[in-house]
Amino acid sequence: MELYDLIFYFFAIVTVVSAFMVVTSKNIVHAGFNLLFTFFGVAGIYVLLGADFIAVVQLLVYVGGILILLLFGIMLTNKITSVELRTGTAHIIPAVIGVGIFWGALTAIVAFKTDWVEVNTASTESTTIIGLGNLLLTDYVLIFELLGILLLVALIGAASFARREIEELKD
Amino acid sequence: MLTEFGKIFVFLIFAMLFVAISIFIARLIRPTRPTKEKLKIYECGEEAMGTPWIKFNIRFYVVALIFLIFDVEVVLLFPWAITYKDYGIYGFLVGIIFLVVLAIGMAYEWRKGDLEWARPKPNIPDLSKILKKKIAQPETIEPSADN
Repeated sequence: MELYDLIFYFFAIVTVVSAFMVVTSKNIVHAGFNLLFTFFGVAGIYVLLGADFIAVVQLLVYVGGILILLLFGIMLTNKITSVELRTGTAHIIPAVIGVGIFWGALTAIVAFKTDWVEVNTASTESTTIIGLGNLLLTDYVLIFELLGILLLVALIGAASFARREIEELKD
Repeated sequence: MLTEFGKIFVFLIFAMLFVAISIFIARLIRPTRPTKEKLKIYECGEEAMGTPWIKFNIRFYVVALIFLIFDVEVVLLFPWAITYKDYGIYGFLVGIIFLVVLAIGMAYEWRKGDLEWARPKPNIPDLSKILKKKIAQPETIEPSADN
Protein backbone atom coordinates (compact mmCIF):
# COMPACT_ATOMS: atom_id res chain seq x y z
CA MET A 1 0.00 0.00 0.00
CA GLU A 2 2.76 2.41 -0.97
CA LEU A 3 0.57 4.65 -3.15
CA TYR A 4 -2.17 4.77 -0.50
CA ASP A 5 0.31 6.08 2.06
CA LEU A 6 1.61 8.64 -0.41
CA ILE A 7 -1.89 9.97 -1.12
CA PHE A 8 -2.69 10.02 2.59
CA TYR A 9 0.41 12.09 3.35
CA PHE A 10 -0.45 14.44 0.47
CA PHE A 11 -3.90 15.18 1.96
CA ALA A 12 -2.56 15.29 5.52
CA ILE A 13 0.09 17.87 4.56
CA VAL A 14 -2.49 19.93 2.63
CA THR A 15 -4.78 19.91 5.68
CA VAL A 16 -2.18 20.70 8.32
CA VAL A 17 -0.28 23.36 6.34
CA SER A 18 -3.43 25.22 5.31
CA ALA A 19 -4.85 24.99 8.84
CA PHE A 20 -1.61 26.49 10.13
CA MET A 21 -1.94 29.31 7.63
CA VAL A 22 -5.54 29.92 8.71
CA VAL A 23 -4.49 30.59 12.29
CA THR A 24 -1.35 32.57 11.47
CA SER A 25 -2.65 34.69 8.57
CA LYS A 26 -2.94 38.41 9.29
CA ASN A 27 -5.43 38.90 6.47
CA ILE A 28 -8.88 37.58 7.31
CA VAL A 29 -9.74 36.87 3.66
CA HIS A 30 -6.54 34.87 3.19
CA ALA A 31 -7.47 32.88 6.31
CA GLY A 32 -10.89 32.20 4.76
CA PHE A 33 -9.38 30.98 1.51
CA ASN A 34 -6.89 28.77 3.32
CA LEU A 35 -9.83 27.22 5.16
CA LEU A 36 -10.97 26.00 1.73
CA PHE A 37 -7.85 23.83 1.42
CA THR A 38 -8.27 22.58 4.99
CA PHE A 39 -11.83 21.41 4.28
CA PHE A 40 -10.70 19.90 0.99
CA GLY A 41 -7.86 17.96 2.63
CA VAL A 42 -10.23 16.60 5.26
CA ALA A 43 -12.56 15.47 2.46
CA GLY A 44 -9.65 13.63 0.85
CA ILE A 45 -8.86 11.86 4.13
CA TYR A 46 -12.53 10.82 4.44
CA VAL A 47 -12.31 9.26 0.97
CA LEU A 48 -9.18 7.33 1.96
CA LEU A 49 -10.99 6.03 5.05
CA GLY A 50 -13.78 4.68 2.84
CA ALA A 51 -16.39 7.15 4.10
CA ASP A 52 -17.48 8.32 0.67
CA PHE A 53 -20.80 9.86 1.72
CA ILE A 54 -19.16 11.91 4.48
CA ALA A 55 -16.56 13.08 1.97
CA VAL A 56 -19.22 14.28 -0.47
CA VAL A 57 -21.08 16.00 2.38
CA GLN A 58 -17.84 17.67 3.41
CA LEU A 59 -17.33 19.03 -0.09
CA LEU A 60 -20.97 20.00 -0.65
CA VAL A 61 -21.80 21.55 2.73
CA TYR A 62 -18.48 22.81 4.10
CA VAL A 63 -16.63 23.82 0.94
CA GLY A 64 -19.73 24.77 -1.01
CA GLY A 65 -21.89 26.28 1.71
CA ILE A 66 -20.28 27.20 4.98
CA LEU A 67 -17.19 28.71 3.39
CA ILE A 68 -19.33 30.90 1.10
CA LEU A 69 -21.30 32.02 4.15
CA LEU A 70 -18.06 32.80 5.96
CA LEU A 71 -16.68 34.85 3.07
CA PHE A 72 -19.99 36.71 2.73
CA GLY A 73 -19.80 37.38 6.45
CA ILE A 74 -16.33 38.86 5.98
CA MET A 75 -17.45 40.95 3.01
CA LEU A 76 -20.43 42.28 4.97
CA THR A 77 -18.21 43.47 7.80
CA ASN A 78 -17.85 47.22 8.19
CA LYS A 79 -14.39 48.77 7.88
CA ILE A 80 -12.84 45.51 6.79
CA THR A 81 -9.46 47.04 6.00
CA SER A 82 -9.02 48.35 9.53
CA VAL A 83 -9.52 44.97 11.20
CA GLU A 84 -6.38 44.22 13.20
CA LEU A 85 -5.80 40.51 13.65
CA ARG A 86 -3.69 39.37 16.55
CA THR A 87 -1.96 36.09 15.84
CA GLY A 88 0.74 36.11 18.49
CA THR A 89 1.07 33.54 21.23
CA ALA A 90 -0.61 34.31 24.53
CA HIS A 91 -0.72 32.25 27.72
CA ILE A 92 1.56 29.58 26.27
CA ILE A 93 2.02 27.55 29.47
CA PRO A 94 -1.70 27.03 30.30
CA ALA A 95 -2.33 26.30 26.62
CA VAL A 96 0.38 23.63 26.52
CA ILE A 97 -0.93 22.02 29.73
CA GLY A 98 -4.55 22.06 28.55
CA VAL A 99 -3.84 20.73 25.07
CA GLY A 100 -1.43 18.15 26.50
CA ILE A 101 -4.02 16.74 28.91
CA PHE A 102 -6.71 16.66 26.23
CA TRP A 103 -4.44 15.09 23.62
CA GLY A 104 -3.05 12.58 26.11
CA ALA A 105 -6.53 11.49 27.19
CA LEU A 106 -7.65 11.13 23.57
CA THR A 107 -4.57 9.11 22.62
CA ALA A 108 -4.93 6.89 25.68
CA ILE A 109 -8.57 6.14 24.83
CA VAL A 110 -7.76 5.46 21.19
CA ALA A 111 -4.78 3.25 22.05
CA PHE A 112 -6.23 1.18 24.91
CA LYS A 113 -10.02 1.24 24.64
CA THR A 114 -10.42 0.53 20.94
CA ASP A 115 -10.61 -3.05 19.77
CA TRP A 116 -8.73 -2.94 16.52
CA VAL A 117 -10.39 -5.15 13.97
CA GLU A 118 -8.74 -6.24 10.77
CA VAL A 119 -11.17 -5.45 7.98
CA ASN A 120 -10.84 -7.18 4.67
CA THR A 121 -10.82 -4.13 2.43
CA ALA A 122 -11.53 -6.11 -0.71
CA SER A 123 -14.86 -7.40 0.58
CA THR A 124 -16.25 -4.08 1.84
CA GLU A 125 -18.99 -2.43 -0.13
CA SER A 126 -18.05 0.12 -2.74
CA THR A 127 -20.37 2.74 -1.27
CA THR A 128 -21.82 3.42 2.15
CA ILE A 129 -24.81 5.36 0.84
CA ILE A 130 -27.11 2.34 0.37
CA GLY A 131 -26.67 1.19 3.96
CA LEU A 132 -27.20 4.74 5.13
CA GLY A 133 -30.41 5.03 3.13
CA ASN A 134 -31.73 1.75 4.55
CA LEU A 135 -31.03 2.93 8.08
CA LEU A 136 -32.70 6.30 7.43
CA LEU A 137 -35.87 4.55 6.27
CA THR A 138 -36.05 1.94 9.04
CA ASP A 139 -34.37 2.61 12.40
CA TYR A 140 -33.87 6.34 12.08
CA VAL A 141 -37.00 7.38 10.21
CA LEU A 142 -38.19 9.56 13.09
CA ILE A 143 -34.80 11.28 13.23
CA PHE A 144 -34.99 11.83 9.48
CA GLU A 145 -38.31 13.66 9.83
CA LEU A 146 -37.07 15.56 12.90
CA LEU A 147 -34.12 16.72 10.84
CA GLY A 148 -36.60 18.19 8.38
CA ILE A 149 -38.25 20.12 11.22
CA LEU A 150 -34.83 21.21 12.53
CA LEU A 151 -33.97 22.57 9.10
CA LEU A 152 -37.35 24.35 8.99
CA VAL A 153 -36.62 26.00 12.34
CA ALA A 154 -33.18 27.05 11.12
CA LEU A 155 -34.66 28.44 7.90
CA ILE A 156 -37.32 30.53 9.63
CA GLY A 157 -34.93 31.65 12.36
CA ALA A 158 -32.26 32.75 9.90
CA ALA A 159 -34.80 34.58 7.77
CA SER A 160 -36.34 36.46 10.70
CA PHE A 161 -32.92 37.50 12.06
CA ALA A 162 -31.84 38.71 8.64
CA ARG A 163 -35.15 40.53 8.11
CA ARG A 164 -34.63 42.47 11.34
CA GLU A 165 -31.12 43.40 10.19
CA ILE A 166 -32.42 44.64 6.84
CA GLU A 167 -35.15 46.72 8.50
CA GLU A 168 -32.55 48.28 10.81
CA LEU A 169 -30.42 49.15 7.83
CA LYS A 170 -33.37 50.81 6.11
CA ASP A 171 -34.06 53.12 9.05
CA MET B 1 -7.03 -1.13 -9.51
CA LEU B 2 -8.44 2.37 -9.34
CA THR B 3 -11.56 3.11 -7.35
CA GLU B 4 -14.06 5.70 -8.57
CA PHE B 5 -12.54 8.27 -6.22
CA GLY B 6 -9.11 7.29 -7.54
CA LYS B 7 -10.25 8.35 -11.00
CA ILE B 8 -11.39 11.70 -9.60
CA PHE B 9 -7.97 12.08 -7.97
CA VAL B 10 -6.23 11.39 -11.29
CA PHE B 11 -8.41 14.05 -12.95
CA LEU B 12 -7.57 16.46 -10.14
CA ILE B 13 -3.84 15.94 -10.59
CA PHE B 14 -4.07 16.31 -14.37
CA ALA B 15 -6.10 19.52 -14.02
CA MET B 16 -3.51 21.03 -11.66
CA LEU B 17 -0.61 19.93 -13.89
CA PHE B 18 -2.35 21.33 -16.98
CA VAL B 19 -2.66 24.79 -15.45
CA ALA B 20 0.88 24.77 -14.04
CA ILE B 21 2.51 23.54 -17.27
CA SER B 22 0.60 25.92 -19.56
CA ILE B 23 1.45 28.93 -17.39
CA PHE B 24 5.09 27.83 -17.27
CA ILE B 25 5.36 27.33 -21.06
CA ALA B 26 3.61 30.65 -21.70
CA ARG B 27 6.17 32.36 -19.48
CA LEU B 28 9.00 30.72 -21.45
CA ILE B 29 7.89 31.75 -24.95
CA ARG B 30 6.07 35.07 -24.52
CA PRO B 31 7.83 38.43 -24.82
CA THR B 32 7.63 40.58 -21.68
CA ARG B 33 7.38 44.31 -22.36
CA PRO B 34 5.27 45.69 -19.54
CA THR B 35 3.96 49.25 -19.71
CA LYS B 36 2.01 51.22 -17.15
CA GLU B 37 -1.28 50.59 -18.96
CA LYS B 38 -0.67 46.86 -19.27
CA LEU B 39 0.02 46.46 -15.58
CA LYS B 40 -3.21 48.19 -14.55
CA ILE B 41 -6.07 46.18 -13.08
CA TYR B 42 -8.44 45.18 -15.88
CA GLU B 43 -12.03 46.15 -15.26
CA CYS B 44 -13.91 45.75 -18.57
CA GLY B 45 -11.99 48.62 -20.15
CA GLU B 46 -12.99 51.14 -17.49
CA GLU B 47 -10.69 53.00 -15.19
CA ALA B 48 -10.54 51.07 -11.92
CA MET B 49 -11.41 53.42 -9.09
CA GLY B 50 -11.95 53.14 -5.36
CA THR B 51 -11.20 50.18 -3.18
CA PRO B 52 -12.47 46.65 -3.81
CA TRP B 53 -13.14 46.35 -0.07
CA ILE B 54 -16.70 47.55 -0.12
CA LYS B 55 -19.52 46.49 2.15
CA PHE B 56 -21.77 44.05 0.33
CA ASN B 57 -25.54 44.01 0.38
CA ILE B 58 -26.86 41.94 3.27
CA ARG B 59 -29.24 40.24 0.80
CA PHE B 60 -26.31 38.12 -0.37
CA TYR B 61 -25.96 36.76 3.14
CA VAL B 62 -29.65 35.86 3.37
CA VAL B 63 -29.50 34.04 0.05
CA ALA B 64 -26.36 32.17 1.18
CA LEU B 65 -28.11 31.14 4.42
CA ILE B 66 -31.14 29.81 2.54
CA PHE B 67 -28.82 28.04 0.10
CA LEU B 68 -26.96 26.35 2.95
CA ILE B 69 -30.16 24.97 4.46
CA PHE B 70 -31.37 23.55 1.15
CA ASP B 71 -27.85 22.21 0.59
CA VAL B 72 -28.17 20.14 3.76
CA GLU B 73 -31.64 19.05 2.65
CA VAL B 74 -30.28 17.76 -0.67
CA VAL B 75 -27.51 15.90 1.15
CA LEU B 76 -30.09 14.15 3.34
CA LEU B 77 -32.22 13.31 0.32
CA PHE B 78 -29.39 11.44 -1.43
CA PRO B 79 -29.54 8.23 0.65
CA TRP B 80 -33.33 8.39 0.67
CA ALA B 81 -33.49 8.73 -3.12
CA ILE B 82 -31.32 5.65 -3.62
CA THR B 83 -33.24 3.30 -1.33
CA TYR B 84 -36.87 4.49 -1.13
CA LYS B 85 -38.09 2.23 -3.96
CA ASP B 86 -37.38 -0.88 -1.87
CA TYR B 87 -39.92 0.28 0.73
CA GLY B 88 -42.87 0.94 -1.55
CA ILE B 89 -45.37 3.65 -0.66
CA TYR B 90 -43.99 3.94 2.89
CA GLY B 91 -40.56 5.01 1.69
CA PHE B 92 -42.13 7.46 -0.72
CA LEU B 93 -44.26 9.05 2.03
CA VAL B 94 -41.27 9.46 4.35
CA GLY B 95 -39.51 11.56 1.74
CA ILE B 96 -42.66 13.50 0.88
CA ILE B 97 -43.22 14.49 4.53
CA PHE B 98 -39.61 15.64 4.74
CA LEU B 99 -39.99 17.71 1.58
CA VAL B 100 -43.36 19.18 2.62
CA VAL B 101 -41.91 20.34 5.95
CA LEU B 102 -39.18 22.21 4.10
CA ALA B 103 -41.64 23.50 1.52
CA ILE B 104 -43.51 25.17 4.41
CA GLY B 105 -40.33 27.07 5.21
CA MET B 106 -39.92 28.04 1.58
CA ALA B 107 -43.53 29.24 1.38
CA TYR B 108 -43.07 31.25 4.58
CA GLU B 109 -40.00 33.01 3.18
CA TRP B 110 -41.76 33.68 -0.10
CA ARG B 111 -44.85 35.09 1.63
CA LYS B 112 -42.79 37.26 3.98
CA GLY B 113 -40.84 38.67 1.05
CA ASP B 114 -37.39 37.44 2.08
CA LEU B 115 -36.74 36.28 -1.45
CA GLU B 116 -37.52 39.72 -2.93
CA TRP B 117 -34.50 41.62 -4.10
CA ALA B 118 -34.89 45.34 -3.37
CA ARG B 119 -33.87 46.94 -6.64
CA PRO B 120 -33.29 50.66 -7.03
CA LYS B 121 -36.15 52.16 -9.01
CA PRO B 122 -35.03 53.55 -12.38
CA ASN B 123 -35.78 57.26 -12.72
CA ILE B 124 -37.59 57.46 -16.05
CA PRO B 125 -38.62 61.03 -16.91
CA ASP B 126 -42.26 61.42 -17.90
CA LEU B 127 -42.06 62.83 -21.44
CA SER B 128 -45.68 63.99 -21.70
CA LYS B 129 -45.39 66.13 -18.56
CA ILE B 130 -42.21 67.77 -19.78
CA LEU B 131 -43.78 68.46 -23.16
CA LYS B 132 -46.87 70.01 -21.52
CA LYS B 133 -44.68 72.29 -19.45
CA LYS B 134 -42.67 73.32 -22.46
CA ILE B 135 -45.83 74.04 -24.50
CA ALA B 136 -47.30 76.11 -21.65
CA GLN B 137 -44.14 78.20 -21.36
CA PRO B 138 -42.55 78.16 -24.81
CA GLU B 139 -40.08 80.92 -23.96
CA THR B 140 -38.10 78.53 -21.76
CA ILE B 141 -37.13 76.42 -24.75
CA GLU B 142 -33.68 77.60 -25.59
CA PRO B 143 -30.77 75.67 -26.97
CA SER B 144 -28.25 74.83 -24.24
CA ALA B 145 -30.44 76.51 -21.62
CA ASP B 146 -30.41 73.57 -19.26
CA ASN B 147 -28.45 70.29 -18.91
